[in-house]
Amino acid sequence: MPVIAPAIGQEFYTDVFARIMIVTIAAISLNFIMGYGGMISFGHAIFVGIGGYSVGILASHGIESAYIQWPIGILMSGLFALIIGAISLRTRGVYFIMITLAFAQMMYFLSVSVEKYGSDDGLTIDSRSDFGLSFFDLNDSMTMYYLAFVLMISCLYINFRIVNSRFGRVLRAGKSNNERMTTIGYPTFRYKLVAFVIAGMMCGLSGLLTANFEDFVSPDMLFWTFSGELIFMVVLGGMGTVMGPLGGAMIFLFLSEILSNITDAWHLIFGPFLILVVLFARGGVDGFLKKYEGPK
Amino acid sequence: MTEIMLKVEKLVKKFGGLTATDSLDFDVREGEIHAIIGPNGAGKTTLIHQLSGLLKPDSGSIQFDGKEINNLSAPQRCLEGLVRSYQITSIFKDFTVLNNVAMSIQACEGHSFRFWHSADKDISLAEKAMKVLIETKLEEKANVLADNLAHGEQRQLEIAMAIATSPKMLLLDEPMAGMGPEESSSVTKFLQSMKYKYTMLLIEHDMNAVFALADRITVLVYGKSIACGIPEEIRSNKEVRAAYLGNG
Repeated sequence: MPVIAPAIGQEFYTDVFARIMIVTIAAISLNFIMGYGGMISFGHAIFVGIGGYSVGILASHGIESAYIQWPIGILMSGLFALIIGAISLRTRGVYFIMITLAFAQMMYFLSVSVEKYGSDDGLTIDSRSDFGLSFFDLNDSMTMYYLAFVLMISCLYINFRIVNSRFGRVLRAGKSNNERMTTIGYPTFRYKLVAFVIAGMMCGLSGLLTANFEDFVSPDMLFWTFSGELIFMVVLGGMGTVMGPLGGAMIFLFLSEILSNITDAWHLIFGPFLILVVLFARGGVDGFLKKYEGPK
Repeated sequence: MTEIMLKVEKLVKKFGGLTATDSLDFDVREGEIHAIIGPNGAGKTTLIHQLSGLLKPDSGSIQFDGKEINNLSAPQRCLEGLVRSYQITSIFKDFTVLNNVAMSIQACEGHSFRFWHSADKDISLAEKAMKVLIETKLEEKANVLADNLAHGEQRQLEIAMAIATSPKMLLLDEPMAGMGPEESSSVTKFLQSMKYKYTMLLIEHDMNAVFALADRITVLVYGKSIACGIPEEIRSNKEVRAAYLGNG
């Protein structure tokens, strides 16, 4: 797919795929805490927003160097994840969902109310992050495309390594049975918090890319509907699977693209489809494929 | 006189108007199996929750291995060597039997902030887990998903996970719960073989097992200890008979 799209040579497809890959990074990070760690964050878009606004705000002050923008974007996402996680991880289940949603809405209204940075009109970014390299210019759509590709593959790989490490086992076992984890000697809170921060930073990366790709940031990036869409992509692809987020993001974005071209009332078709997936394909696309692969 | 491993003094836990643990005193000596029996609702599981750190007592003290542990968290108590098992099987159902036990072993090997190396390829971890499985006769099921085990085997795994933390003392919450007589007697044999290796506090309804295993028995009724002594004393205690053992 990454090679094919440019080969076809149509800019439309490179754009579509670039967008999918950028969103996939956010989905990978959500899957990391939700699929493997059982932390259903309903405010995950907040980190996309923080990553995005880091670029937007710094650019509006004339700071265009990627070497300043990107570390700040990722560190700010991590810092916010630390604060939000430290508070919300004291709760469980529905309360965790509600509290993460509340944080995201708080940030949403903050972004709407700050007029200096465009309030609800958003903030146009005049110049993409500058890496200071002549052969690596994000204004070139292919460079942007390959950057997104390399970063997405890296995130898939990082996720794969972590979930299979000792830390990953602690995370997965905590999802399976948190109380037992504490009584065999794990202070589970700190492990979850670290996982939350890792996910926050990875999602911030997705935001940095989004801002550069769209040349624009707006409060919509951290609205709750986007958090909900991310959850759906993860469920659609198959929670707790390595490739699930990619499959989920692809199907979600393709379908919404195609359906919205056919009819304005595309949500009427999309909604029932999502319900069917939840009802009949529990393991998402990944589980569906495994079922029909047959025994080996 | 052997050393005292666990000493509970004036322990009180109230839930609203209900006193689940009522100024309870008892101790467990090193190497002994101390059984706690009592009718349903006597506060046995509440007691284990307090000892393992899942519930905070309202007052009183818990000393383990000469150290006050009342302010230690559940994981800290486990790392000190006081580990519990569960009445309602509490395992990682989507992990293999081997990996269930490996989680316990990993817990004792310092922090788990190791992000990169595959735990599946960690041979020493698997070897140590296998050793525990052999000890608990689960080695043939090592690669079976814990969820697919028979009930009796899940109960064995439950104990194996506790043992794998290399404890000094086990808090066993009804290890024979839901078992048939045969399984139950095999667990009794197993616990017998573990005697002297671990100090044990045993909560159990199966009286055959209790009288076969226990060095001392404490009888709990409404959170209060009404009797404590060697099995013969308990068997012949009138108050205990009236409250619990019936007339048999």
